[in-house]
Amino acid sequence: MNGKILLASDGSNHALRAADEAIKLARGLNKEVIVAYVVDFDQSKKDVLHSAGSIDREQKRRKQLGSTEQKLQDSEVSYSVKVLHGTPGPAIVEYANENAIDYVVLGSRGLNSLQEMVLGSVSHKVAKRAQCPVLIVK
Amino acid sequence: MFTQLKKEWFGNVRGDILSGIVVALALIPEAIAFSIIAGVDPMVGLYASFSMAVVIAFMGGRPAMISAATGAMALVMVTLVKDHGLQYLFAATILTGILQLIFGGLKIARLMKFIPRSVMVGFVNALAILIFMAQVPHFIGISTMTYVFVAATLAIIYIFPRFVKSIPSPLVAIVVMTAIAVFGGFDLRTVGDLGEITQSLPSFFFPDVPLNFETLSIIFPTALALSIVGLLESLLTASIVDDMTDTTSDKNREARGQGIANIVTGFFGGMAGCAMIGQSVINVKSGGRGRLSTFVAGTFLLFLIMVLGNVVVQIPMAALVGVMIMVSIGTFDWSSLKSFTKIPITDSIVMVVTVVTVVITHDLSKGVFAGILLSAIFFTAKISKVDVSSSHNGNTLHYRASGQVFFASVTDFVDEFDYQPEGIQKVNIDFSEAHVWDDSGVAAIDKIVLKYRENGIDVSLSGLNEASSSMIKKMAVHDKPDGKLSGH
Repeated sequence: MNGKILLASDGSNHALRAADEAIKLARGLNKEVIVAYVVDFDQSKKDVLHSAGSIDREQKRRKQLGSTEQKLQDSEVSYSVKVLHGTPGPAIVEYANENAIDYVVLGSRGLNSLQEMVLGSVSHKVAKRAQCPVLIVK
Repeated sequence: MFTQLKKEWFGNVRGDILSGIVVALALIPEAIAFSIIAGVDPMVGLYASFSMAVVIAFMGGRPAMISAATGAMALVMVTLVKDHGLQYLFAATILTGILQLIFGGLKIARLMKFIPRSVMVGFVNALAILIFMAQVPHFIGISTMTYVFVAATLAIIYIFPRFVKSIPSPLVAIVVMTAIAVFGGFDLRTVGDLGEITQSLPSFFFPDVPLNFETLSIIFPTALALSIVGLLESLLTASIVDDMTDTTSDKNREARGQGIANIVTGFFGGMAGCAMIGQSVINVKSGGRGRLSTFVAGTFLLFLIMVLGNVVVQIPMAALVGVMIMVSIGTFDWSSLKSFTKIPITDSIVMVVTVVTVVITHDLSKGVFAGILLSAIFFTAKISKVDVSSSHNGNTLHYRASGQVFFASVTDFVDEFDYQPEGIQKVNIDFSEAHVWDDSGVAAIDKIVLKYRENGIDVSLSGLNEASSSMIKKMAVHDKPDGKLSGH
């Protein structure tokens, strides 16, 4: 088995702490990290309106992950970035299950804690439905 | 080809049928409300939504996108309907379709990249403001109960999804408020007061207008505005659905499909329509990915009209107003208010000018033109600065020009040079970081060279790129024998 570690990140501080843990895990197990950034359905409209095209959009989204990518580069763990589209919880679960991911690492809450309270936590959904071990970082 | 078709239609049957039903339910209140904005019977919007959705399911270039009667189109047709009546609207709808078919054939989608994003932001914001303004006469100063109903509708719309997400909350709000109005015996204006609902299938007929030049001159301006607004919103929506589903689409096919859908809709007694951002987002969120979802939305909508016709007339206007306020809040790009301080001031000005033009003229296409024109002027102004730096080397003066040399920049460019430098016999102008674009640019260079020559200074040009130097070779006079500026 040479599955990878999926690090779900929205660029928030919680996600950055999750990145630290993912790096530790990747080093210990000698595994590759996939950084997943989920573009929510509601975000698509805003992003399309405010970008000049798909290349511009891609760059802006990568920018959100700037400090996460910096951490990974500094740690010299090999990694790749994947932009997913959909509702964050299900999108992460689907990708993890379809690509035989070994571990999912994510922060306990995202950018908007109020939204999480109302809509139900992403980390909870992922922990419940992913078929692999899930590490939720506080 | 066949497998592609099969995938687009039957690749996601369960998800497409469910999402199609959800969209049909969500379409009813909007189709009725947009008809009322346009000043036509609710049936005109409902038939349009049915036929647009069904035709575009086959002809469109973006699977899972929903097309129907829309607010943007309704707002453009108001004057035509008021001044000339329904038959002229049908004729205009058919002409809109023909124009869109032609635009699609001419590959209009390529032109979309010339529309700046600040104009598109202005477009959706203006649309949101107009939809809201169209509601004002239906709820301001009618009765206290009207305010209560509008507020209650909005409360249901925004609170219900926190508990149940699978049923569209605007429909729940409409059903609940209609039930309260009917059984509570409140005296409120209803949809029935504004128009009729007939429980009959749409039929094919030719609009009852004289086929002459006068008719064409009446419908053409509206049809042109409709075709532009429709394509703008449709192609914007297609990009949004592309991004949501992480797939691509054929935008020119979509433009042609919109044309065919509008032609068919006009013959079936519907108003012109286009793709809807809100409904397409609902469709994708509910699991719709294929053409089947759009087809189900259209056919199930027709089924609902047949079954529910009697109930629809009893919907209180206040509840519809609530739904439309929700649509306008959802349409408005709130992030553009936050980004005011972050984006360049010229972008903000373009956005505001687009919005203001639309709100004054009530025509989205005019706002878009104003926005494009203004941003073109801003862009020209921005690139019209040519930097010129100089350095001495013995009795030679070196100039280095960098930037775009064209009609808007030549006046300042010519003034950058010192034409009577002391103790200089030779001037070299390095163009390796500049580009000469037009005859004004060439004329400016002529002027500079000849001016130096008048003062007895030798001038050489260097570093011109191929395009610039071939243009100079063709048009310049300074390098020809007895070179003189014409007219000077």
